[in-house]
Amino acid sequence: MFVSYKWLQEYVDLAGITAKELADRITKAGIEVESVEVRNKGIQGVVIGHVLEREQHPNADKLSKCFVDIGEGEPVQIICGAPNVAKGQKVAVAKVGAVLPGNFKIKRAKLRGEESNGMICSLQELGVESKLVPKEYADGIFVFPSDAPVGADALQLLYLDDEVLELSLTPNRADCLNMIGVAYEVAAILGRSVKLPTIELHENSESVHDYISVRVDAPEDNPLYAGRIVKDVKIGPSPLWMQARLMAAGIRPHNNVVDITNYILLEYGQPLHAFDYDRLGSKEIVVRRAKAGETIVTLDDVERTLTEEHLVITNGKEPVALAGVMGGANSEVCDETVNVFIEAAYFNGATIRQAVKDHGLRSESSTRFEKGIDPARTKEALDRAAALMAEYASGEVVGGVVEVNTLTKKEVVVTITLDRINRVLGTTITKEEVAGILTNLQFTFTEHDGTFTITVPSRRADITIEEDIIEEVARLYGYDHLPATLPIGEAKPGKLTPYQAKRRHVRRYLEDAGLFQAITYSLTNEAKATMFALETATPIRLALPMSEERSVLRQSLVPHLLEAASYNRARQVENVALYEIGSVYLANGEHELPNEKERLAGVLTGVWHAHLWQGEKKAVDFYVAKGIVDGLFALLGLESRIEYKQAKREYLHPGRTADMLLDGKTIGFIGQLHPNVQKQFDLKETYVFELDLEALLKAEVGDIRYTAIPRFPSITRDIALVVDEHIVAGDLERAIIEAGGELLKEVTIFDVYKGDRLPEGKKSIAFSLRYYDPERTLTDEEVTNVHEQVIKAVEQQFGATLRA
Amino acid sequence: MKERLQQLQQEALEKIEQANDLKALNDVRVAYLGKKGPITEVLRGMGALSPEERPIMGALVNDVREAIQRALEAKQATLEQAEVEKKLASEAIDVTLPGRPIRRGNHHPLTRVIEEIEDLFIGMGYTIAEGPEVEQDYYNFEALNLPKGHPARDMQDSFYITEEILLRTHTSPVQARTMEKHQGRGPVKIICPGKVYRRDNDDATHSHQFTQIEGLVVDENIRMSDLKGTLREFARKMFGEDRDIRFRPSFFPFTEPSVEVDVSCFNCGGNGCSVCKGTGWIEILGAGMVHPNVLEMAGFDSKKYTGFAFGMGPERIAMLKYGIDDIRHFYQNDIRFLQQFHRV
Repeated sequence: MFVSYKWLQEYVDLAGITAKELADRITKAGIEVESVEVRNKGIQGVVIGHVLEREQHPNADKLSKCFVDIGEGEPVQIICGAPNVAKGQKVAVAKVGAVLPGNFKIKRAKLRGEESNGMICSLQELGVESKLVPKEYADGIFVFPSDAPVGADALQLLYLDDEVLELSLTPNRADCLNMIGVAYEVAAILGRSVKLPTIELHENSESVHDYISVRVDAPEDNPLYAGRIVKDVKIGPSPLWMQARLMAAGIRPHNNVVDITNYILLEYGQPLHAFDYDRLGSKEIVVRRAKAGETIVTLDDVERTLTEEHLVITNGKEPVALAGVMGGANSEVCDETVNVFIEAAYFNGATIRQAVKDHGLRSESSTRFEKGIDPARTKEALDRAAALMAEYASGEVVGGVVEVNTLTKKEVVVTITLDRINRVLGTTITKEEVAGILTNLQFTFTEHDGTFTITVPSRRADITIEEDIIEEVARLYGYDHLPATLPIGEAKPGKLTPYQAKRRHVRRYLEDAGLFQAITYSLTNEAKATMFALETATPIRLALPMSEERSVLRQSLVPHLLEAASYNRARQVENVALYEIGSVYLANGEHELPNEKERLAGVLTGVWHAHLWQGEKKAVDFYVAKGIVDGLFALLGLESRIEYKQAKREYLHPGRTADMLLDGKTIGFIGQLHPNVQKQFDLKETYVFELDLEALLKAEVGDIRYTAIPRFPSITRDIALVVDEHIVAGDLERAIIEAGGELLKEVTIFDVYKGDRLPEGKKSIAFSLRYYDPERTLTDEEVTNVHEQVIKAVEQQFGATLRA
Repeated sequence: MKERLQQLQQEALEKIEQANDLKALNDVRVAYLGKKGPITEVLRGMGALSPEERPIMGALVNDVREAIQRALEAKQATLEQAEVEKKLASEAIDVTLPGRPIRRGNHHPLTRVIEEIEDLFIGMGYTIAEGPEVEQDYYNFEALNLPKGHPARDMQDSFYITEEILLRTHTSPVQARTMEKHQGRGPVKIICPGKVYRRDNDDATHSHQFTQIEGLVVDENIRMSDLKGTLREFARKMFGEDRDIRFRPSFFPFTEPSVEVDVSCFNCGGNGCSVCKGTGWIEILGAGMVHPNVLEMAGFDSKKYTGFAFGMGPERIAMLKYGIDDIRHFYQNDIRFLQQFHRV
């Protein structure tokens, strides 16, 4: 909403307060003033001139030589390039010495040999936006009414000496979508009174009912419809002050009748529509829902196909307006219009919103209906419009109003105690202060023993409950006066849940292990949604995605981590180690929320460790990735319950992938990217893992229990086992631990060999076994006994032989 | 004989002095104190002495031996020390060469901000509540006083999956769910961080996915002044002890009264600069007193209970705090961006 400071003075006294100060006060009280525009863009010395003579420039086809009276003695000669300049016009003249926007100084000049003492200005040259300039003056100079006084300050007449406040209104403050509403707000802030416009309506002796009748077939959509006839109007420009105010408010002037409807819209917030009575095609107005497939050509010359959700104004047969949104071309007021039917109605916001949405048509009118207007002002606005048309379009107002009114008048009364106000705000506001604020708001109220009974004016539809009154009091009392306290009451310590605490430890561990935390998008495309999913489900698709790339919810974190790795690689960051903790979304039934499971995933590529001058350089490989994951399991106390199983998974290297099992249940995978996928993401050798974080963090582990520090020496025995190539170390290790029993405390793999010194198809794995008894020193014999059982076990189970 | 001994002592001490390594020193020892050495020889000749002279001469021999022995030990220590120093000198390294790097990653800046805020409120007795990102329309809107048809919940602004299920547009549904779980009994004191989604085109200042942190306190006798005190405490811990806050009236469907909360500019201290656009204040939060409809829908008696709620955007805070100019950085995961947040 654009509020002209000059215009606002019509309704509330602004003496002693500048536009800037006013803006600050309004903002502090709750409506943000986004900007204060000074309309004068640096203009000096522009006055009204009277074109006494105009003749063709002797040396230039497109120029005119004008003699203009600017109220300073002799008329001056001015060369003008505007095509519409003519004798007798009142125009804006930038005198010699004047300044125009952009610090453009007007000097005495010679144009094609003819002297020019000033410049006749278009509105654009005075800094008015092209879209606000009346169409007939769009390509030329602006012509003032003939009564404009010669020599007067043109800026003042055009309201270009004005300042405009742009209000950024929250949806609850639709009451400030009009000048009177803003005036009430400003009056409340400043503690001043509101002057409402006086309406001098002179009706003739005819009856409007002889001209037109109204029927509303859709009272829910249109609880109030009122209209008046103004006959014998003369279409012409509206008065200059009205045009100037409209332009200040951001509306382009058209003609007197249309301008008056727009003026009332801005003044009262009541949208009006003026029909050309003689082009309506009937003497009745019927308001109804459109029939499916029915069409209307709107004012913008677009044919629109309607549905039963749209409300139309008809002449009993066909639509003449799309209610509350835009009039029809067939009944538009034009230069030839003589008789006008003015519509002032109250349409349901939801109905209008539907039409706006379906037709992509938002107008000053529809915005106000959508946000809600004050129906108590509808008829007053209609009367004011009719009076203005009589005055400024030489019309004659036909007696009476046609009206269909099914509104049930409901008065909002709120009762609240002073104590409640102070208890909610934490203040010590007095009864008198509250009464003062309510008075300034011009709310009627009574007060008895600290209980206020308040009748809320209909313009403030946002106020219905006690809390709304508390807010009004608070904002006008001033939040700066609110004390700062802390809640009183039982103080309980705050704490992370065990899950949240563990998750933080996991993050820190992974970061200290060398990975950066990534956060990627949850929405992806159809193809990536199911890639790498630990458990697959039906993809969850958005009803109305913005793009295919962000249309489906992910089931794995890996694809976007690969994208991040790829993004880095494309920018010469070759060594990437990222992890992410985030949700994946697994569909349940159609009407149920999906399972959101928290996952942990990582991606590793490039060099893992480099300390070049000491000759160290290690590329990421499977075991680097596995080491990180192993450390995580150890962090969570789960290392002994985890098992790795060679696995085949889509998108991963068939020989370099493992599933990870916790207590025998698959909780994740780790592996090298399949070369095809690697290529798809434009990556080099890359390793990924994904884990069911919830399973890991929720696994019961109990508290740490101290065990005694060893007091007796342990005995270590090494064995190198030769086995078939396909036997995996993990199986051997498990068998060794099982056979080693109580005394075997530690098994370490220290060598793996495959090659010339062994038969084809064989490999050797060397283990170091440490035996220990916490109660005593073991004898060599005891250890040998157990150790031999270990060897026997691997011989029997895996056909292992001891390497010579 | 006596002269001979004195001469020997002098000779030996001179040779010890001259010895410049351990081997030479050992040679001196063998030469003078060895079984075939001159002192032993002197001892052998003692048999020719008179019984009176013998003890005197014996004592003299011992003195000489001891003197030589002491000199040998002293010299030995000196030579050994020199040897150690020589070895150490040969072991010197270039301490300016780089150390073996410890590879470390770090928190994403958003996590950094979120954890800082979480910890701050945990310190004030809050717990952290989390909830689903895919949410029912009821919890995302209706339970928050945004009934169907409300202009603030346009289909165009939210990612709907079905008519009743959508990606949450704020973390407020967690508040609604938590209150519901409390079954009308306070106190509730929670912080809700999480991802949220809106139908925005991604550009420098918009992201279809972003994060939010909201707070909620519901109890008997919760006052709006408590909101102001709490947020001032937060602002000071987060942005510096000399920060101040101000409330500006605003509108949110789920709070009444509603306010926007500005923090005095931490860059210029309130004098006006480019960070605060010359105003001295930076808008950081939206807040207000929980709307009675919201309390009632969650099962709380709004005559008995009051509450306050507030919400903020970690992206915005991180952008202000670290001077980040484009919201897309948070989701591109460029290592060169992420690693800038490695310090404590």
